[in-house]
Amino acid sequence: MGFNIESYLPDQLKNNVILFYKGNVDSDVINHILDTVEDKMIQVNDQSRLRKKVYNVLVESLQNLYHHVDKVPDDFEDQTSEKFGMLIVQKVDSGYKIITGNFVKTDNVERLEEKIKKINRSSHEEIKELYKFILNHQRISAKGGGGLGLVDIARKTGNKLEYTFKEYNDKYSFFYLDILVNEDN
Amino acid sequence: MEPIIIEGTPKTPTVRFDAAEGVFEIKGRSIPENSVEFYKPIVDWLDGYKETPLDKTVVNIRLEYFNTSSSKCILDVFKKLEAIHKSKNEVEVNWYYEEDDEDMLEAGEDYESIIRVPFKMIEIVE
Repeated sequence: MGFNIESYLPDQLKNNVILFYKGNVDSDVINHILDTVEDKMIQVNDQSRLRKKVYNVLVESLQNLYHHVDKVPDDFEDQTSEKFGMLIVQKVDSGYKIITGNFVKTDNVERLEEKIKKINRSSHEEIKELYKFILNHQRISAKGGGGLGLVDIARKTGNKLEYTFKEYNDKYSFFYLDILVNEDN
Repeated sequence: MEPIIIEGTPKTPTVRFDAAEGVFEIKGRSIPENSVEFYKPIVDWLDGYKETPLDKTVVNIRLEYFNTSSSKCILDVFKKLEAIHKSKNEVEVNWYYEEDDEDMLEAGEDYESIIRVPFKMIEIVE
């Protein structure tokens, strides 16, 4: 059996899923997902504070996929998606979980992991300073990212970024990012 | 000089920069994938305004959401305004945020700490 991106998802992730998507992440898909999730949050009457945080984190997560995903491996089942990504939005007791998944070339794993580790060991105050530093000193990359997405997500949620890399083959890993957006932060 | 007027979309803000009145406004959502493309005409327009600015320019920023790639472009807009302020013309930024939106307030405070232009934080109470 080949690599199945869903098989690595923990069981508790299969309940209360309000949105599951895998495929090409283009501008239209992003618009559609944002509208769908926003409508659902309005329907269930979430506090606007939580709603805004979820919306912000969704924008950054999806645009991280849009700007940064590596091309899929040659033997992956979906060859038509230029920017292949996975997204799950799950309702949990205290708020929402936003889980993204995408392929990362093995050569890029270490750099990405270092970046996340650096964010995770920073205090809220340090993250705020890091955000301001990158905002003021780093130009927008050729790919169109500002290098601020993950920092912004950590800052707005106040939570650690949980993640795993699952090896696909010697050239690729699949990267799962698991973000909790809850009411307390 | 001609004002710059851009109608808002679900992903880009309404922009009204009026050189004759010295009132500039950015309002709505700023979450495009390609924010540089969206903001370039605004930054270019400010280069023109900077040559002969009014004695006083008032800038109203009333954003509901903005993404991190817009945050850099908005900083570029503020840097142009800072240059106008430096050349001894009054510039005032009114940064609006909704009452429960601390993140938007903090975002305004970030800019206030980077840019040497007076900011006013204005809470919108519904």
